[in-house]
Amino acid sequence: MKVAGYEIPPVFSLLIWIGLWEVAGRMDLAFILPPFSSVLGELTTLIVRHDFLAAAWQTFQAFAIGMFFAITGGIALGFIMGTNKTANSILGMWVNIFASAPLSSVVPVLMLLFGLGQLTVVVIVVLFSIWIIALDTYAGVHHTSNSLKEMGRSFGANKTQLLFKILFWAALPEILAGVRLGLIRAVKGIVIGQLLLSVVALGRMFRTFSDNFQFEEFWALTLILFVFALLFSTLIGRLESKVEYYAGTRD
Amino acid sequence: MNKAIHMSLPDATTPTDPSANIVSVRGITKFYGSDVHALEDVNLDFPTGQMTTLLGPSGCGKTTLLKIIAGLLETTSGEVMVKGKAVTSPGPERAFVFQDFALLPWATVTRNVAFGLELTGVPLKEREAKAKSYIDKVGLSGFEDKYPHELSGGVRQRVGLARALAVDADVLLMDEPFSAVDEQNRRKFQEDLLHLLSVENKTVIFVTHSIEEAVYVSDQIVLLSPRPGRIHSIIRPELDRSSSPDDIRRDKVYLDTVEEIWGNIREYLD
Repeated sequence: MKVAGYEIPPVFSLLIWIGLWEVAGRMDLAFILPPFSSVLGELTTLIVRHDFLAAAWQTFQAFAIGMFFAITGGIALGFIMGTNKTANSILGMWVNIFASAPLSSVVPVLMLLFGLGQLTVVVIVVLFSIWIIALDTYAGVHHTSNSLKEMGRSFGANKTQLLFKILFWAALPEILAGVRLGLIRAVKGIVIGQLLLSVVALGRMFRTFSDNFQFEEFWALTLILFVFALLFSTLIGRLESKVEYYAGTRD
Repeated sequence: MNKAIHMSLPDATTPTDPSANIVSVRGITKFYGSDVHALEDVNLDFPTGQMTTLLGPSGCGKTTLLKIIAGLLETTSGEVMVKGKAVTSPGPERAFVFQDFALLPWATVTRNVAFGLELTGVPLKEREAKAKSYIDKVGLSGFEDKYPHELSGGVRQRVGLARALAVDADVLLMDEPFSAVDEQNRRKFQEDLLHLLSVENKTVIFVTHSIEEAVYVSDQIVLLSPRPGRIHSIIRPELDRSSSPDDIRRDKVYLDTVEEIWGNIREYLD
Protein backbone atom coordinates (compact mmCIF):
# COMPACT_ATOMS: atom_id res chain seq x y z
CA MET A 1 0.00 0.00 0.00
CA LYS A 2 1.21 3.51 -0.79
CA VAL A 3 0.11 6.69 0.90
CA ALA A 4 1.34 10.03 -0.50
CA GLY A 5 4.17 8.28 -2.30
CA TYR A 6 5.42 6.42 0.78
CA GLU A 7 5.41 2.66 0.98
CA ILE A 8 3.38 1.63 4.03
CA PRO A 9 4.52 -1.70 5.49
CA PRO A 10 1.76 -4.32 5.91
CA VAL A 11 2.32 -4.26 9.67
CA PHE A 12 0.79 -0.80 9.68
CA SER A 13 -2.77 -2.06 9.29
CA LEU A 14 -2.19 -4.22 12.34
CA LEU A 15 -1.10 -1.13 14.24
CA ILE A 16 -4.34 0.63 13.29
CA TRP A 17 -6.40 -2.24 14.67
CA ILE A 18 -4.32 -2.32 17.84
CA GLY A 19 -4.86 1.43 18.19
CA LEU A 20 -8.62 0.98 17.79
CA TRP A 21 -8.54 -1.81 20.36
CA GLU A 22 -6.66 0.44 22.80
CA VAL A 23 -9.15 3.29 22.32
CA ALA A 24 -12.17 1.00 22.64
CA GLY A 25 -10.66 -0.58 25.74
CA ARG A 26 -10.02 2.77 27.40
CA MET A 27 -13.56 3.93 26.63
CA ASP A 28 -14.80 0.94 28.66
CA LEU A 29 -17.20 -0.04 25.87
CA ALA A 30 -17.36 -3.67 26.90
CA PHE A 31 -16.07 -5.35 29.98
CA ILE A 32 -14.70 -8.25 27.98
CA LEU A 33 -12.36 -5.89 26.12
CA PRO A 34 -9.66 -4.37 28.31
CA PRO A 35 -7.19 -1.91 26.69
CA PHE A 36 -4.46 -3.50 24.59
CA SER A 37 -1.74 -2.01 26.79
CA SER A 38 -3.03 -3.74 29.91
CA VAL A 39 -3.30 -7.01 27.95
CA LEU A 40 0.33 -6.59 26.98
CA GLY A 41 1.22 -5.88 30.58
CA GLU A 42 -0.56 -9.04 31.64
CA LEU A 43 1.19 -10.96 28.87
CA THR A 44 4.62 -10.13 30.30
CA THR A 45 3.65 -11.41 33.73
CA LEU A 46 1.79 -14.39 32.29
CA ILE A 47 4.65 -15.79 30.22
CA VAL A 48 6.87 -16.18 33.27
CA ARG A 49 4.25 -17.81 35.45
CA HIS A 50 5.03 -21.43 36.32
CA ASP A 51 1.56 -22.74 35.65
CA PHE A 52 1.57 -21.04 32.24
CA LEU A 53 4.96 -22.43 31.30
CA ALA A 54 3.91 -25.91 32.36
CA ALA A 55 0.66 -25.63 30.41
CA ALA A 56 2.42 -24.21 27.35
CA TRP A 57 5.01 -26.98 27.44
CA GLN A 58 2.32 -29.63 27.74
CA THR A 59 0.42 -28.09 24.87
CA PHE A 60 3.52 -27.85 22.74
CA GLN A 61 4.32 -31.51 23.41
CA ALA A 62 0.87 -32.59 22.31
CA PHE A 63 1.22 -30.36 19.26
CA ALA A 64 4.66 -31.68 18.33
CA ILE A 65 3.78 -35.34 18.82
CA GLY A 66 0.50 -34.92 16.94
CA MET A 67 2.15 -33.06 14.07
CA PHE A 68 4.83 -35.73 13.81
CA PHE A 69 2.21 -38.41 13.24
CA ALA A 70 0.11 -36.17 11.02
CA ILE A 71 3.05 -35.29 8.76
CA THR A 72 4.50 -38.79 8.44
CA GLY A 73 1.05 -40.38 8.17
CA GLY A 74 -0.32 -37.74 5.81
CA ILE A 75 2.65 -37.89 3.44
CA ALA A 76 2.58 -41.70 3.43
CA LEU A 77 -1.17 -41.70 2.78
CA GLY A 78 -0.76 -39.15 -0.03
CA PHE A 79 1.96 -41.22 -1.68
CA ILE A 80 -0.08 -44.40 -1.48
CA MET A 81 -3.05 -42.63 -3.04
CA GLY A 82 -0.88 -40.93 -5.67
CA THR A 83 0.89 -44.06 -6.84
CA ASN A 84 -1.84 -46.68 -6.56
CA LYS A 85 -5.15 -46.26 -8.35
CA THR A 86 -6.96 -48.89 -6.30
CA ALA A 87 -5.82 -47.32 -3.04
CA ASN A 88 -6.92 -43.93 -4.30
CA SER A 89 -10.39 -45.10 -5.19
CA ILE A 90 -10.78 -46.70 -1.77
CA LEU A 91 -9.17 -43.98 0.37
CA GLY A 92 -9.72 -40.84 -1.71
CA MET A 93 -13.35 -40.35 -0.82
CA TRP A 94 -12.75 -40.76 2.92
CA VAL A 95 -9.77 -38.46 2.99
CA ASN A 96 -11.83 -35.81 1.19
CA ILE A 97 -14.70 -36.21 3.62
CA PHE A 98 -12.47 -35.95 6.67
CA ALA A 99 -10.60 -32.99 5.24
CA SER A 100 -13.81 -30.99 4.93
CA ALA A 101 -15.80 -32.40 7.86
CA PRO A 102 -16.39 -30.25 10.98
CA LEU A 103 -14.18 -32.40 13.18
CA SER A 104 -14.86 -30.38 16.33
CA SER A 105 -18.11 -32.28 16.63
CA VAL A 106 -16.30 -35.57 17.14
CA VAL A 107 -14.15 -34.22 19.97
CA PRO A 108 -16.64 -35.37 22.67
CA VAL A 109 -16.51 -38.88 21.19
CA LEU A 110 -12.72 -38.79 21.28
CA MET A 111 -12.92 -37.78 24.94
CA LEU A 112 -14.95 -40.90 25.62
CA LEU A 113 -12.53 -43.04 23.63
CA PHE A 114 -9.20 -41.66 24.80
CA GLY A 115 -9.99 -40.07 28.17
CA LEU A 116 -9.63 -36.52 29.35
CA GLY A 117 -5.89 -36.23 28.97
CA GLN A 118 -2.98 -35.54 26.70
CA LEU A 119 -3.70 -38.53 24.42
CA THR A 120 -7.00 -37.04 23.30
CA VAL A 121 -5.29 -33.75 22.47
CA VAL A 122 -2.68 -35.57 20.39
CA VAL A 123 -5.39 -37.47 18.54
CA ILE A 124 -7.24 -34.22 17.88
CA VAL A 125 -4.10 -32.61 16.42
CA VAL A 126 -3.58 -35.61 14.13
CA LEU A 127 -7.22 -35.71 13.03
CA PHE A 128 -7.32 -32.00 12.31
CA SER A 129 -4.18 -31.88 10.18
CA ILE A 130 -3.49 -35.27 8.60
CA TRP A 131 -6.14 -35.13 5.86
CA ILE A 132 -5.09 -31.87 4.26
CA ILE A 133 -1.46 -33.05 4.26
CA ALA A 134 -2.54 -36.31 2.59
CA LEU A 135 -4.62 -34.46 -0.01
CA ASP A 136 -1.89 -32.00 -0.92
CA THR A 137 0.73 -34.74 -1.08
CA TYR A 138 -1.57 -36.73 -3.33
CA ALA A 139 -2.02 -33.72 -5.61
CA GLY A 140 1.76 -33.24 -5.82
CA VAL A 141 2.46 -36.89 -6.61
CA HIS A 142 -0.45 -37.17 -9.02
CA HIS A 143 0.61 -34.12 -11.01
CA THR A 144 4.25 -35.09 -11.35
CA SER A 145 4.91 -34.84 -15.07
CA ASN A 146 4.75 -38.15 -16.86
CA SER A 147 7.95 -37.51 -18.74
CA LEU A 148 9.89 -37.10 -15.47
CA LYS A 149 8.67 -40.56 -14.43
CA GLU A 150 9.49 -41.98 -17.87
CA MET A 151 12.90 -40.33 -17.67
CA GLY A 152 13.56 -42.08 -14.37
CA ARG A 153 12.49 -45.44 -15.76
CA SER A 154 14.43 -45.09 -18.98
CA PHE A 155 17.63 -44.36 -17.05
CA GLY A 156 17.09 -47.45 -14.94
CA ALA A 157 15.52 -46.13 -11.73
CA ASN A 158 14.03 -48.82 -9.50
CA LYS A 159 10.83 -48.19 -7.51
CA THR A 160 12.66 -46.84 -4.45
CA GLN A 161 14.76 -44.49 -6.54
CA LEU A 162 11.69 -43.32 -8.43
CA LEU A 163 10.05 -42.53 -5.10
CA PHE A 164 12.93 -40.82 -3.32
CA LYS A 165 14.85 -39.27 -6.19
CA ILE A 166 11.94 -38.07 -8.35
CA LEU A 167 8.41 -38.27 -6.95
CA PHE A 168 9.21 -36.89 -3.48
CA TRP A 169 11.07 -33.86 -4.81
CA ALA A 170 8.55 -33.24 -7.54
CA ALA A 171 5.75 -33.26 -4.95
CA LEU A 172 7.66 -31.28 -2.31
CA PRO A 173 6.09 -27.86 -3.01
CA GLU A 174 2.60 -29.34 -2.53
CA ILE A 175 3.72 -31.35 0.49
CA LEU A 176 5.00 -28.21 2.20
CA ALA A 177 1.82 -26.32 1.37
CA GLY A 178 -0.11 -29.20 2.94
CA VAL A 179 2.07 -29.18 6.05
CA ARG A 180 1.58 -25.42 6.46
CA LEU A 181 -2.21 -25.74 6.19
CA GLY A 182 -2.05 -28.78 8.48
CA LEU A 183 -0.15 -26.79 11.13
CA ILE A 184 -2.73 -24.02 11.10
CA ARG A 185 -5.52 -26.55 11.43
CA ALA A 186 -3.64 -28.27 14.24
CA VAL A 187 -3.43 -25.02 16.22
CA LYS A 188 -7.16 -24.63 15.74
CA GLY A 189 -7.67 -28.21 16.81
CA ILE A 190 -5.55 -27.89 19.89
CA VAL A 191 -7.43 -24.81 21.08
CA ILE A 192 -10.82 -26.35 20.41
CA GLY A 193 -9.74 -29.64 21.96
CA GLN A 194 -8.33 -28.16 25.13
CA LEU A 195 -11.27 -25.80 25.50
CA LEU A 196 -13.75 -28.61 25.23
CA LEU A 197 -11.74 -30.77 27.57
CA SER A 198 -11.10 -27.71 29.81
CA VAL A 199 -9.09 -29.78 32.25
CA VAL A 200 -5.84 -29.88 30.32
CA ALA A 201 -3.05 -27.34 30.01
CA LEU A 202 -3.90 -24.10 28.21
CA GLY A 203 -7.55 -25.06 27.87
CA ARG A 204 -7.83 -25.13 31.60
CA MET A 205 -6.22 -21.70 31.88
CA PHE A 206 -8.58 -20.33 29.24
CA ARG A 207 -11.48 -21.70 31.17
CA THR A 208 -10.27 -20.34 34.48
CA PHE A 209 -9.63 -16.88 33.03
CA SER A 210 -13.00 -16.58 31.36
CA ASP A 211 -14.88 -18.02 34.35
CA ASN A 212 -13.23 -15.48 36.65
CA PHE A 213 -13.62 -12.56 34.25
CA GLN A 214 -9.83 -12.19 33.98
CA PHE A 215 -9.98 -10.75 30.48
CA GLU A 216 -6.49 -9.26 30.45
CA GLU A 217 -5.10 -12.74 31.01
CA PHE A 218 -7.59 -14.27 28.59
CA TRP A 219 -6.57 -11.97 25.74
CA ALA A 220 -2.90 -12.30 26.59
CA LEU A 221 -3.21 -16.07 26.22
CA THR A 222 -5.06 -15.67 22.92
CA LEU A 223 -2.35 -13.34 21.62
CA ILE A 224 0.32 -15.87 22.51
CA LEU A 225 -1.48 -18.58 20.55
CA PHE A 226 -1.88 -16.24 17.57
CA VAL A 227 1.80 -15.42 17.54
CA PHE A 228 2.65 -19.09 17.88
CA ALA A 229 0.49 -20.08 14.90
CA LEU A 230 1.83 -17.18 12.84
CA LEU A 231 5.41 -18.10 13.67
CA PHE A 232 5.00 -21.70 12.56
CA SER A 233 3.22 -20.87 9.37
CA THR A 234 5.87 -18.24 8.55
CA LEU A 235 8.62 -20.79 9.11
CA ILE A 236 7.01 -23.28 6.76
CA GLY A 237 6.31 -20.42 4.34
CA ARG A 238 10.06 -19.72 4.28
CA LEU A 239 10.74 -23.36 3.39
CA GLU A 240 8.09 -23.19 0.72
CA SER A 241 9.65 -20.16 -0.92
CA LYS A 242 12.91 -22.08 -1.08
CA VAL A 243 11.35 -24.74 -3.28
CA GLU A 244 9.09 -22.32 -5.13
CA TYR A 245 11.69 -21.66 -7.80
CA TYR A 246 11.03 -25.03 -9.29
CA ALA A 247 7.36 -25.35 -8.47
CA GLY A 248 6.62 -22.51 -10.90
CA THR A 249 8.64 -24.02 -13.73
CA ARG A 250 6.87 -27.36 -13.95
CA ASP A 251 4.24 -28.26 -16.45
CA MET B 1 16.29 -36.70 -60.93
CA ASN B 2 16.21 -38.10 -57.48
CA LYS B 3 19.20 -39.88 -56.07
CA ALA B 4 17.53 -40.95 -52.87
CA ILE B 5 17.51 -44.72 -52.68
CA HIS B 6 14.39 -46.62 -51.74
CA MET B 7 14.68 -49.87 -49.92
CA SER B 8 12.40 -52.83 -49.84
CA LEU B 9 10.55 -53.27 -46.56
CA PRO B 10 11.91 -55.98 -44.27
CA ASP B 11 9.27 -58.63 -43.66
CA ALA B 12 8.61 -60.62 -40.53
CA THR B 13 10.61 -63.60 -41.72
CA THR B 14 13.83 -61.72 -42.45
CA PRO B 15 16.45 -62.99 -40.00
CA THR B 16 18.04 -60.23 -37.99
CA ASP B 17 21.76 -59.76 -38.20
CA PRO B 18 22.70 -58.22 -34.87
CA SER B 19 26.06 -56.99 -36.10
CA ALA B 20 24.53 -54.96 -38.92
CA ASN B 21 21.34 -53.91 -37.16
CA ILE B 22 21.66 -53.04 -33.51
CA VAL B 23 17.90 -52.65 -33.10
CA SER B 24 15.17 -54.53 -34.96
CA VAL B 25 11.44 -54.56 -34.47
CA ARG B 26 9.28 -57.42 -35.68
CA GLY B 27 5.52 -57.41 -36.12
CA ILE B 28 4.88 -54.55 -33.70
CA THR B 29 1.16 -53.91 -33.22
CA LYS B 30 -0.11 -51.52 -30.59
CA PHE B 31 -3.63 -50.81 -29.38
CA TYR B 32 -4.40 -48.21 -26.72
CA GLY B 33 -7.37 -49.66 -24.89
CA SER B 34 -9.59 -51.51 -27.33
CA ASP B 35 -10.33 -48.85 -29.94
CA VAL B 36 -7.22 -46.77 -30.62
CA HIS B 37 -5.10 -48.67 -33.13
CA ALA B 38 -1.71 -46.93 -33.02
CA LEU B 39 0.58 -49.31 -34.90
CA GLU B 40 -0.03 -52.23 -37.27
CA ASP B 41 2.57 -54.92 -37.95
CA VAL B 42 5.67 -52.73 -38.07
CA ASN B 43 8.92 -54.43 -39.16
CA LEU B 44 12.05 -52.32 -39.15
CA ASP B 45 15.83 -52.59 -38.90
CA PHE B 46 18.03 -49.89 -37.45
CA PRO B 47 21.58 -50.19 -38.83
CA THR B 48 24.40 -49.87 -36.29
CA GLY B 49 26.04 -46.47 -36.20
CA GLN B 50 23.42 -44.80 -38.37
CA MET B 51 20.75 -42.23 -37.82
CA THR B 52 17.23 -43.40 -38.58
CA THR B 53 14.33 -40.97 -38.50
CA LEU B 54 10.72 -41.90 -37.90
CA LEU B 55 8.73 -39.36 -39.85
CA GLY B 56 5.05 -38.94 -40.44
CA PRO B 57 1.97 -36.80 -39.84
CA SER B 58 0.69 -36.53 -36.29
CA GLY B 59 -1.17 -39.64 -35.17
CA CYS B 60 1.04 -42.01 -37.15
CA GLY B 61 2.40 -43.60 -33.96
CA LYS B 62 6.02 -42.52 -34.37
CA THR B 63 6.45 -41.54 -30.71
CA THR B 64 4.58 -44.72 -29.68
CA LEU B 65 7.04 -46.80 -31.71
CA LEU B 66 10.00 -44.97 -30.16
CA LYS B 67 8.68 -45.51 -26.62
CA ILE B 68 8.09 -49.18 -27.37
CA ILE B 69 11.72 -49.47 -28.49
CA ALA B 70 12.72 -47.63 -25.30
CA GLY B 71 10.79 -50.19 -23.24
CA LEU B 72 8.56 -47.48 -21.79
CA LEU B 73 5.43 -48.84 -23.47
CA GLU B 74 4.30 -52.42 -23.87
CA THR B 75 3.43 -53.82 -27.27
CA THR B 76 0.14 -55.52 -27.98
CA SER B 77 2.06 -58.00 -30.11
CA GLY B 78 5.47 -58.23 -31.72
CA GLU B 79 8.94 -57.87 -30.31
CA VAL B 80 11.87 -55.50 -30.04
CA MET B 81 15.36 -56.92 -30.46
CA VAL B 82 18.36 -54.99 -29.17
CA LYS B 83 21.78 -56.49 -30.00
CA GLY B 84 19.98 -59.69 -30.92
CA LYS B 85 18.08 -60.04 -27.63
CA ALA B 86 14.36 -59.45 -27.16
CA VAL B 87 13.68 -56.60 -24.68
CA THR B 88 10.50 -55.45 -22.93
CA SER B 89 11.87 -52.84 -20.50
CA PRO B 90 14.42 -50.00 -20.53
CA GLY B 91 18.08 -51.04 -20.52
CA PRO B 92 21.53 -49.47 -20.29
CA GLU B 93 22.18 -49.88 -24.02
CA ARG B 94 19.42 -47.35 -24.82
CA ALA B 95 19.18 -43.71 -23.66
CA PHE B 96 16.21 -41.41 -24.21
CA VAL B 97 16.09 -37.72 -25.07
CA PHE B 98 12.69 -36.22 -24.25
CA GLN B 99 10.62 -33.75 -26.21
CA ASP B 100 9.96 -31.67 -23.07
CA PHE B 101 13.54 -32.23 -21.81
CA ALA B 102 12.39 -33.99 -18.57
CA LEU B 103 15.05 -32.31 -16.47
CA LEU B 104 14.88 -32.36 -12.68
CA PRO B 105 13.87 -28.77 -11.85
CA TRP B 106 15.46 -28.99 -8.39
CA ALA B 107 18.85 -30.13 -9.66
CA THR B 108 21.73 -28.25 -11.26
CA VAL B 109 22.89 -28.89 -14.81
CA THR B 110 25.72 -31.07 -13.48
CA ARG B 111 23.41 -33.24 -11.40
CA ASN B 112 20.92 -33.51 -14.25
CA VAL B 113 23.61 -34.63 -16.69
CA ALA B 114 24.95 -37.09 -14.10
CA PHE B 115 21.49 -38.36 -13.12
CA GLY B 116 21.60 -41.54 -15.21
CA LEU B 117 24.96 -42.36 -13.61
CA GLU B 118 23.60 -41.50 -10.15
CA LEU B 119 20.80 -44.05 -10.64
CA THR B 120 23.27 -46.80 -11.49
CA GLY B 121 25.35 -46.03 -8.42
CA VAL B 122 28.45 -44.42 -9.99
CA PRO B 123 30.41 -42.63 -7.19
CA LEU B 124 29.88 -38.85 -6.95
CA LYS B 125 33.38 -37.73 -8.02
CA GLU B 126 33.44 -40.07 -10.97
CA ARG B 127 30.00 -39.16 -12.28
CA GLU B 128 30.60 -35.43 -11.87
CA ALA B 129 33.83 -35.69 -13.83
CA LYS B 130 32.01 -37.59 -16.57
CA ALA B 131 29.13 -35.10 -16.54
CA LYS B 132 31.60 -32.25 -16.85
CA SER B 133 33.20 -33.75 -19.94
CA TYR B 134 29.81 -34.13 -21.67
CA ILE B 135 28.72 -30.66 -20.55
CA ASP B 136 31.77 -29.38 -22.41
CA LYS B 137 31.07 -31.56 -25.45
CA VAL B 138 27.53 -30.24 -25.91
CA GLY B 139 28.81 -26.68 -25.52
CA LEU B 140 27.50 -25.89 -22.04
CA SER B 141 30.71 -24.96 -20.23
CA GLY B 142 29.90 -22.34 -17.62
CA PHE B 143 26.34 -23.60 -17.10
CA GLU B 144 27.33 -26.35 -14.63
CA ASP B 145 25.67 -24.83 -11.57
CA LYS B 146 22.59 -23.37 -13.26
CA TYR B 147 19.09 -24.70 -12.67
CA PRO B 148 16.81 -25.67 -15.58
CA HIS B 149 14.48 -22.69 -15.08
CA GLU B 150 17.44 -20.38 -15.68
CA LEU B 151 18.05 -21.89 -19.14
CA SER B 152 16.42 -21.42 -22.54
CA GLY B 153 14.73 -24.32 -24.36
CA GLY B 154 17.73 -24.96 -26.59
CA VAL B 155 20.13 -25.03 -23.68
CA ARG B 156 17.82 -27.32 -21.69
CA GLN B 157 17.75 -29.81 -24.53
CA ARG B 158 21.55 -29.77 -24.69
CA VAL B 159 21.44 -30.81 -21.02
CA GLY B 160 19.02 -33.62 -21.99
CA LEU B 161 21.39 -34.71 -24.74
CA ALA B 162 24.42 -34.62 -22.44
CA ARG B 163 22.54 -36.75 -19.90
CA ALA B 164 21.78 -39.35 -22.57
CA LEU B 165 25.38 -39.35 -23.82
CA ALA B 166 26.82 -39.59 -20.30
CA VAL B 167 25.40 -43.07 -19.67
CA ASP B 168 27.32 -44.29 -22.71
CA ALA B 169 24.43 -46.15 -24.32
CA ASP B 170 24.90 -47.50 -27.83
CA VAL B 171 21.50 -46.31 -28.98
CA LEU B 172 20.10 -42.81 -28.56
CA LEU B 173 16.32 -42.50 -28.77
CA MET B 174 15.30 -38.93 -29.49
CA ASP B 175 11.63 -37.91 -29.31
CA GLU B 176 11.16 -34.69 -31.31
CA PRO B 177 14.14 -33.24 -29.44
CA PHE B 178 14.10 -29.90 -31.25
CA SER B 179 10.37 -29.21 -31.37
CA ALA B 180 10.54 -26.96 -28.29
CA VAL B 181 13.69 -25.19 -29.51
CA ASP B 182 13.45 -21.99 -31.52
CA GLU B 183 14.34 -22.07 -35.24
CA GLN B 184 17.80 -20.44 -35.16
CA ASN B 185 18.94 -22.58 -32.25
CA ARG B 186 17.45 -25.65 -33.86
CA ARG B 187 19.65 -25.35 -36.96
CA LYS B 188 22.76 -24.82 -34.88
CA PHE B 189 21.75 -27.71 -32.63
CA GLN B 190 21.20 -30.03 -35.63
CA GLU B 191 24.68 -29.23 -36.92
CA ASP B 192 26.23 -29.75 -33.49
CA LEU B 193 24.35 -33.01 -33.08
CA LEU B 194 25.63 -34.38 -36.39
CA HIS B 195 29.16 -33.38 -35.48
CA LEU B 196 28.87 -34.92 -32.01
CA LEU B 197 27.41 -38.16 -33.35
CA SER B 198 30.17 -38.56 -35.92
CA VAL B 199 32.63 -38.47 -33.01
CA GLU B 200 30.64 -40.54 -30.51
CA ASN B 201 29.69 -43.35 -32.89
CA LYS B 202 26.09 -43.81 -31.72
CA THR B 203 23.07 -45.35 -33.37
CA VAL B 204 20.26 -42.82 -33.29
CA ILE B 205 16.54 -43.30 -33.64
CA PHE B 206 15.02 -39.91 -34.12
CA VAL B 207 11.36 -38.90 -34.17
CA THR B 208 10.36 -35.70 -35.91
CA HIS B 209 7.52 -34.17 -37.86
CA SER B 210 9.85 -31.82 -39.71
CA ILE B 211 10.67 -33.11 -43.20
CA GLU B 212 13.65 -30.76 -43.60
CA GLU B 213 15.06 -31.88 -40.27
CA ALA B 214 14.61 -35.55 -41.17
CA VAL B 215 16.36 -35.20 -44.53
CA TYR B 216 19.12 -33.06 -43.08
CA VAL B 217 20.10 -35.37 -40.24
CA SER B 218 19.20 -38.89 -41.41
CA ASP B 219 20.94 -41.80 -43.03
CA GLN B 220 17.59 -43.54 -43.25
CA ILE B 221 14.09 -42.07 -43.12
CA VAL B 222 11.12 -44.25 -42.25
CA LEU B 223 7.92 -42.66 -43.46
CA LEU B 224 4.88 -43.81 -41.48
CA SER B 225 1.26 -43.61 -42.53
CA PRO B 226 -1.36 -42.55 -39.98
CA ARG B 227 -3.87 -44.57 -37.91
CA PRO B 228 -2.94 -47.29 -37.66
CA GLY B 229 0.74 -46.50 -38.15
CA ARG B 230 2.30 -48.58 -40.93
CA ILE B 231 5.53 -48.21 -42.83
CA HIS B 232 4.81 -46.25 -45.99
CA SER B 233 8.36 -46.24 -47.35
CA ILE B 234 11.99 -46.15 -46.36
CA ILE B 235 14.18 -43.50 -47.92
CA ARG B 236 17.96 -43.16 -47.76
CA PRO B 237 18.97 -39.62 -48.75
CA GLU B 238 22.39 -39.85 -50.41
CA LEU B 239 23.75 -36.53 -49.24
CA ASP B 240 27.37 -35.56 -49.35
CA ARG B 241 27.92 -35.11 -45.62
CA SER B 242 31.40 -33.73 -46.10
CA SER B 243 30.13 -30.45 -47.53
CA SER B 244 29.16 -27.53 -45.31
CA PRO B 245 25.72 -27.41 -43.64
CA ASP B 246 24.67 -24.52 -45.88
CA ASP B 247 25.71 -26.40 -49.01
CA ILE B 248 23.79 -29.47 -47.91
CA ARG B 249 20.66 -27.38 -47.44
CA ARG B 250 21.07 -26.04 -51.01
CA ASP B 251 21.93 -29.45 -52.45
CA LYS B 252 19.60 -30.72 -55.19
CA VAL B 253 19.31 -34.17 -53.63
CA TYR B 254 18.36 -32.60 -50.32
CA LEU B 255 15.69 -30.39 -51.88
CA ASP B 256 14.30 -33.17 -54.11
CA THR B 257 14.06 -35.59 -51.19
CA VAL B 258 12.20 -33.01 -49.10
CA GLU B 259 9.78 -32.44 -51.97
CA GLU B 260 9.22 -36.13 -52.56
CA ILE B 261 8.47 -36.82 -48.90
CA TRP B 262 6.15 -33.84 -48.78
CA GLY B 263 4.30 -35.27 -51.80
CA ASN B 264 3.86 -38.54 -49.92
CA ILE B 265 2.70 -36.95 -46.69
CA ARG B 266 0.33 -34.55 -48.40
CA GLU B 267 -1.96 -37.38 -49.45
CA TYR B 268 -2.65 -38.11 -45.78
CA LEU B 269 -3.57 -34.57 -44.95
CA ASP B 270 -6.54 -34.25 -47.29
